Amino acid sequence: MLIFILILFGFALWSIVPVNTKLLSPNGLMLGLDLKGGSQLLYKADLSKKDPSITDAEAMSSVIEKIQRRVNLYGTTEPTIQKQGADRILVQLPGVEDISEAISLIGKTALLDFREQKLDENGDPMLDDKGNWVFQDEPAKAEGRDGEERELTGEYLKHAHRDIDPYKGSVVVIEWDSEGGYLFEKITERNLYKPLAIFLDNEIISAPIVQSIIQAGTRGQIEGNFTMGEAENLAIQLNSGALDVPLTIIGQENVDPTLGADSIQKSKQAAIIGIILLLLFMLLYYRLPGLIACISLGIYGAFLLAIFNAFPITLTLSGIAGAILSLGMAVDANILIFERMKDELRGGRTLGAAVEAGFNRAWTAIRDSNITTFIACAILIWLGTSGTFHASMVSGFAITLFIGVALSMFTAIVITRTFLRLLVGSRLVTNLAAYGVIT
Amino acid sequence: MIDFVGKKQWFFLISAIVMGVAIISLAAFKLQPGIDFSGGTSMTINFTPKVEQSESPQFQSQLRQEVTNFGHPEAIIQFQRESRDFFVRMKFISPEEVSELRDRLEANFQRDVEISVPLEMSPTIAAETARNAGIAVIIAAVAMLLYIVWAFRRMPKPFRWGTCAIIALIHNVLIVVGIFSILGQVANVEVDAMFITGLLAVVGYSINNTVVVFDRIRENMSKGISPDFAVTVNSSIIETLGRSLNTSLTTLCVILALFLFGGATIHHFILVLLIGLLAGTYSSLFIAGPLLVVWEKREWRQLFSWLPFVKKPAY
Repeated sequence: MLIFILILFGFALWSIVPVNTKLLSPNGLMLGLDLKGGSQLLYKADLSKKDPSITDAEAMSSVIEKIQRRVNLYGTTEPTIQKQGADRILVQLPGVEDISEAISLIGKTALLDFREQKLDENGDPMLDDKGNWVFQDEPAKAEGRDGEERELTGEYLKHAHRDIDPYKGSVVVIEWDSEGGYLFEKITERNLYKPLAIFLDNEIISAPIVQSIIQAGTRGQIEGNFTMGEAENLAIQLNSGALDVPLTIIGQENVDPTLGADSIQKSKQAAIIGIILLLLFMLLYYRLPGLIACISLGIYGAFLLAIFNAFPITLTLSGIAGAILSLGMAVDANILIFERMKDELRGGRTLGAAVEAGFNRAWTAIRDSNITTFIACAILIWLGTSGTFHASMVSGFAITLFIGVALSMFTAIVITRTFLRLLVGSRLVTNLAAYGVIT
Repeated sequence: MIDFVGKKQWFFLISAIVMGVAIISLAAFKLQPGIDFSGGTSMTINFTPKVEQSESPQFQSQLRQEVTNFGHPEAIIQFQRESRDFFVRMKFISPEEVSELRDRLEANFQRDVEISVPLEMSPTIAAETARNAGIAVIIAAVAMLLYIVWAFRRMPKPFRWGTCAIIALIHNVLIVVGIFSILGQVANVEVDAMFITGLLAVVGYSINNTVVVFDRIRENMSKGISPDFAVTVNSSIIETLGRSLNTSLTTLCVILALFLFGGATIHHFILVLLIGLLAGTYSSLFIAGPLLVVWEKREWRQLFSWLPFVKKPAY
């Protein structure tokens, strides 16, 4: 049994202390946004506006895929994009502090189309009150290669990128696929020397005058007094494709990374102080068994970190809360056993018998108290899958508590017992005072 | 041997007073809901050049005017001395509206304005969060009740054991919630999602504690150490006293250290654990077990009969 424990312990140590102590660094434990800083955005998709030929689930997964592409093109490290509930999408952007840009990047539908000028009954361009041109409500259409009428939209884009035009500043250069190029040629031909408006999400971006018929396959450019960032974002949105349904933001949270880091640093020190006090208490009060408890709690800590490291468990503040509570329960299991052992020793049993009786008697209490905790955890994990912002927090707490309590039972029942049996069996220390009993 | 069970009315009285205060405070002050539960937008408005201390009152009143004109007279506006920016909390507004507000402020204050939004939550999501948290606690409590009833099925009337454990649990949760409602009133402490996590921890901790005491009562009952249930419960409490105090002390070491030296972001959360730990230790020793005795001996009416206002018969 001892060998088994040592092998496990060695394995745990090996997994948490890799080559250059990456523990608690970005490559070690996975820290949640509340610990390392960053932003999370919760979007609600308006599924009533989807194309009726696809199911809700299809629309959602397509939207998520496109958001994924946008975020990747934006260059955020380790973003997570998750579907929550039926119509919500949670986007987590670690390390991103100013998210106003990210919000407009991700949430815009980015539906690109072109619209022709509206003409009055005399065939003259219509003007609004302010003297601006008025454009059609419908996207410009043209006959495709197969003779069918099609709207020219962002769907036919091959590629878009930001560029600098010497006269217009930042622009987005677009390149059509062959069908799009064909449609574009027809539309520009029809509108030669007339304004053709570029619309994005039903809002006019600009209305340049068509200077020449743009041949199939060649490039067009979108101008609109863009800043460099805006042009970049638009190019990203066009490349990732228009979202199938419009999104609205229903929640966002931004954690300043420095605040998080400062808080973690302090809390870490505080936890270390607390744990040292705890170990001292165990040592002074329970003496030799206390020492064994300290060792087995050390092993418990190593196992817990190893599990967090080995499995994709993101550690959040609430997860740490669960871990602290489970540490308390691990200590409690040891205390239960030792108190029982002392009772038996006072009752005049031999050391060996007292150890066995202590474990057996303490077992029912440990079992029943921990099973109630397991039940509560299971329910919280199950409820934690529902689609609200903080649901992940509750399940994070429950998962670490569950793992911690399971592990605490293992350390108390297997590790502490093995060490105690070894110690008693070796007859190295037989003075009862060392076991905290004054005879 | 100390007679804990014999002094149970004192323990009950203390708990009744504390719980009464908690209930009154909850009824009077309620809890100060954070944005997590009420919905809304919190933002920091940063002017460049920075607002001087001397001009802050004038800025504050002008900002109040602007925000009211923007359609949000309910907004809470605070000047933060250290960072020399304004913290504003209002009903939920969309990111587009935030940038609209920013443009307005820039135009009217003639300064560069930066708005960052640390947290915003639409009211529907907030309501859902609060509801789910409530459901989670209730379902978990019922499930634990059922398990305790099952685990103590060999005892006479196991349902009572479960109920007493749950009463102890409610006692602890109520005390924590009550204290936070007082804190909300006097120190503007808000309850957020972390508070709920803390409450869940308190729930877990109090059940754990109570079960350990009950386990000893169960063992002593089957040993038949005394025909008197009160004596059995009392000696069980005394036998587990060492364990209860030591476990609480060790946990207290960690929690107190985190409370005193830990980071600001977890301060309130740790306070929840701290109160819960103290209440949990107390209730597992002095409430859960004695309550079982009262129930067993049908002493409900005598319990508070010495109080002047309970003199009249219950029915």
